[in-house]
This record gives sequence, C-alpha cells and structure tokens, in this order.
Amino acid sequence: MMNRIKKLFSDKKKNIVSIYFTAGFPELNDTNTILNVLQKHGADLIEIGMPYSDPLADGPVIQHSSMKALQNGMSIKLLFDQLNKYSNSPSGVKAPLILMGYLNPVLQYGIEKFCSDAHKAGIDGIILPDLPLHEYEIEYKNIFEKYKLDFIFLITPETSEKRIRKIDALSKGFIYAVSSSSITGSDKDMSAQEEYFQRLRDMKLNNPILIGFGIKDNKTFLQACKHAAGAIIGTAYIKAIENSNDIEADTEKFLNSILGATIAS
Amino acid sequence: MKTKEIFEVDKNGYYGEFGGAYIPEMLHNNVQHLKDNYLKIIKEEKFKKEFTSLLKDYVGRPTPLYLAARLSEKYHTNIYLKREDLCHTGAHKINNTIGQILLAERLGKKRIIAETGAGQHGVATATVCALKGLECIVYMGEKDIARQAPNVARMKMLGAKVIPAVSGSKTLKDATNEAIRDWINNPDDTHYIIGSVVGPHPYPDMVARFQSIISKEIKKQLKEKTGNQLPGYMIACVGGGSNAAGAFYHFLNHKSVQLIAVEAAGEGINSGMSAATTQLGTNGILHGSKSLVMQTQDGQVIEPHSISAGLDYPGIGPMHAHLFESKRATFMSATDEEALESAFELAKLEGIIPALESAHALYVLNKIKFKIDDVVIVNLSGRGDKDMDTYMKHITTQ
Repeated sequence: MMNRIKKLFSDKKKNIVSIYFTAGFPELNDTNTILNVLQKHGADLIEIGMPYSDPLADGPVIQHSSMKALQNGMSIKLLFDQLNKYSNSPSGVKAPLILMGYLNPVLQYGIEKFCSDAHKAGIDGIILPDLPLHEYEIEYKNIFEKYKLDFIFLITPETSEKRIRKIDALSKGFIYAVSSSSITGSDKDMSAQEEYFQRLRDMKLNNPILIGFGIKDNKTFLQACKHAAGAIIGTAYIKAIENSNDIEADTEKFLNSILGATIAS
Repeated sequence: MKTKEIFEVDKNGYYGEFGGAYIPEMLHNNVQHLKDNYLKIIKEEKFKKEFTSLLKDYVGRPTPLYLAARLSEKYHTNIYLKREDLCHTGAHKINNTIGQILLAERLGKKRIIAETGAGQHGVATATVCALKGLECIVYMGEKDIARQAPNVARMKMLGAKVIPAVSGSKTLKDATNEAIRDWINNPDDTHYIIGSVVGPHPYPDMVARFQSIISKEIKKQLKEKTGNQLPGYMIACVGGGSNAAGAFYHFLNHKSVQLIAVEAAGEGINSGMSAATTQLGTNGILHGSKSLVMQTQDGQVIEPHSISAGLDYPGIGPMHAHLFESKRATFMSATDEEALESAFELAKLEGIIPALESAHALYVLNKIKFKIDDVVIVNLSGRGDKDMDTYMKHITTQ
C-alpha cells in the first residue's frame, strides 16, 4: 500500500489543509469525534498533538490546551488506545495522521515501542520539534524508518540553503516551513515572508512544503497556498473549539472559513 | 590502559551521556552561532582584559576566602567560606552576566532577555544591561513575582522590564519557557542570558567557564593561606548548579578533592515537596539538554518545591548529572528546616547572614565526619538580604 502522506501529495498538489488539535482537549475522549469531523469537513491531513507540560515551540493557546489535556488525563498510552479503537472501526480515518509532540514524553515511553505502537495505531508521520536534525540522523532515523513513519522536519527563514538541502534529502512526506521565526499562534505579517517563500520555490526541493504558524483565515490560507502545497493550522482551530458545545458544527464553520466555501445547505 | 575520565564538555556538547542541544529549528541559528563563536570570543585578549577588569573593579573580586574560626571550632575541622555573597548584587550570579553581556556586545546583540526564579539572576542581568545601556527583559513566574517583591523592585529601578510568566506552574521552569519563546520570536537582535549551567550546549559550558573564576581564586588563596592549593572538600549547593560548577571547575581533575553537591530536599526527599533532582529524577530532556529531570512516568515535568527559590528547579545541569552518574561528586541534600537551622547558625557564629540556597550547603557540615586537619571549603554563593521575610517568619514562630 502506498504511504498515505505520499498518496495525498500525489493526488492533490494544491490547497492542502492540515489541521492540528491537542489530544484530550477540550475533553479527554474527544479525539475520535474530532478526527471524524475534521475529515468529514475537508481536512486533508490531521496532526494529533501529544500534550506536554513544557511545549517550548508553542504559544499560550496550545500551552493551555496541552495543560488542560494533561489535567484531563491524556497520555501517549491512552491516545494509542483511542486511536487503535478508531482505526479498526468502519468509519476509520482515511486522511494521513501525524503525531506531533515533544521528545521527552516519547523517550520515556520508549522510542522503539513508541514507533511500533504508532505504526499499529495507523500513524503515518511524526513531528518532534525538539529533536534536532543531527540527533535524528545519528540516533533515530533507522527506528522511524523501520516502522514506516515519515519524520517531518521544520525549516525557518533563518535555515540556511545548505541545511534545507540536507533536510530535503532526509525528509519523506513533506517539509514543514515555519512562516516566520515564531512560536505557534503569533501574529506576524505573512507578506514579509514572501522573499523566503520565493527562495524555497526556487530551490526546487524534492519534498512538497506545507506552511505553518500564523494561518487563521481564508486570506492567510490562500497566501500560504500561493507559495506551497498547502498550510498547517493549529492555534486558530484550538481557539475555535476550546469553548465549543458542538464540536462538529464549530469545526465545519471553522474549515469553511479557512477554505472559503459557502456553507452547504 | 584506562582512558582518562573527562568531566568537561566534549566537542559535541555532551558530558558523558548528558547535554546536547535539543532545540526546535527556530533556535538553531542562534545557538549554532553562539556555539561557533563563544570560545573564540572569550579567549580574545581584549575580552579577557575587560572581563577581568569588570570583575575586579565593578563586582569586587577576588572575593575573600575566609577561615570561619568559630564554625571550624564547632565542627572540629578547618572551614573556609568563599565569600560570593560579597559580590556586587549579592551573589555569584553576576560573574556569568558580566561574561555574557560582553559576549552579547561582541555578537552585535541589542536586546537582552533572561529568566529568573528568586530574582538574583534577573537583578544581575538588569545590572549589566544598565552598565552597558542595553534593553533588558526579564521573565519571572507570576508566583515568584509575588513572593520576591524586593528583587522585582530592584530590576525595575535598574531599568529592566519584568514580564510575568503566567503559563504552567508560574515559576522558574515556566519563566524559562517564556524566555525561550521570546528568543524564538526575536532571533536577530536578542541574546538570551541563561542564569545557570542548564539549557542547550554551549550554555552549560559557557556559564561554567564564567563561574570558574570562583575555583580559580580559591586555589590561589588557599595556597597563600595553607601552602596547598587543594582543599579536602569543596561543598556547594545545586539547583541548576552554576555556583557549584564554578566552585568545582578547577578541581574536577584533582581526585583528592571531594566534591560535595547539596540539593534541596524541601520538606523531605519522599514528601512530594522536594527539589532533590538526583534523588528523584530520571534521564530526560528539559530546556534543551539531556540530564536528570523530575518527571512523571509519562515524561511530564514535575513542579518541585524548596524554601529557596534559587534551588526550586526540576532539573540539574548536564555537567552535574554526569558528576553524579560517574560518582565524581557526592550528592547530598538538606531540607527546608535544616537550611534554616544552618542560616541561623552562621548568623550567630560568624556574623554572616547567608542566602537560603547557600544555607543548604552549610548544613552538610552536620552530615560529614571531618578530621581535625581537613580543609573544608563551603561556597557561600549569596547573601541573605532577599530572604529576610522567610527568616523573620522563622524567628516569630520560634
């Protein structure tokens, strides 16, 4: 079977929307509901956040959702239990699934066990922002590859061309371009990043690029899509569901606002 | 032949299995730039000259090595106190901030950020920023701002902006997270002055080098006083571990010197209210380096407790984790109560009011059986002015 991430990018070249949510938030057992409704209302790719007490690369919104999720009792083990039930159900998600979190909880779980369990639970890729390129290459690459997990790297406007080339050579799936040197949920003007995106396009990388951080509406989504295969949205979605009484309705409304579709009658 | 054990950092930024730079890509350039340049800069003659001159004329170094006669009499041995409490701003923290501000200037940075727990590192950073006319932003846990009001006032008077860290547990660990986030958002003009031997490589090594002036002076002073530059015991408290790193540095490869690191046991190691990382921690990653970390089985960081805000940290510098694992240093601990007891003892016997952090180091005088001709040095890392509220509460409850 073709890797689901690869398949997505070969079937759809433009306007890919990837949505992040924190597992265990707003409620402990919302994971499967959220997976369902995200896919139903247009998410092409789904990033499931594994909550961590000290999420350095995230802003206050995701720090808060992570803390709440941990208070609710979320853990990697529980998340895998939820995902196993889900991927074996008839309604199981077809969109590629990516786990995003921080290295420490993964190490405590055990790196090989983590990769093996993630693979069994139907996970296609992993994002660990605090696992640097060098350490990945020497210590972790073989394990991720053994369990067919694409390791997704981040690049920033400060990442040198040489380093981007190296990341491109090591990447499978796609590359996650941070749109400004910023934590998630910050409000920098994306037009200031045009030069960076142009530079990336000119590099003609092997892997497709998704642009993340700072995308919150149709305008910023289209701006990102102008330069890349699509965009990753996290903070704005967490905000949309944090006080939700109806996750499906709010998710539909949110995705429509991003994709610019009129609400179907 | 057995290869010589190495206690300093290796070329990849590790101390044994601990250390490294586990940072998001957004910080890669800044940390790489620092790594590529810090040794070159701090070895420049001009840098060394300015650093040494500021330590002498501004900080007041060398700090005295004082033979504490009455304390020695009580413990039937020879106890010297390294008087870091006499440094400008009241603690050893300024040795590091002077070094880093000179480095930041040479890296062309205009804006300085720092984290602080008790406020000592924040004050030391605000001080050097005033000295150099650089913008200063200090992140401090909302809870710590409330309990360390005098240091908050000092930072403000020195021109720093104090930003409350309102996330997570609202203490030092979260202030550190916030400072790192600030750096991610301001990669070009900002230098982050970390206050301890923690964080991604090269911070632990860089801070240890700036603090190593402590043991460098001790060797010279002890030679003058006793004819021998090596003590039998070098005792220091450890939170993140910067004063201990400085006090141990030039003795690391002299095996005859027993290195004693003292952690905060809080209300007792097994009380659930402790900060004794080597006793309670396991291998993990915190604030960018592999070390020992107090954490749950799921790898979530635990909020520690100590009466001393400076030791109230759920990790320990990677250098110390290695000293612990390799058994080069002996790790002991003192509880809140024991630290208070030692603080009052030093005040009464020697007329010196120590910082609560340093009082932890003093307590192990009760736990080790010294010989009458042993030479014991305690690094008195800071003075107790900032802790008067706590001390006064103790007096009224006695």
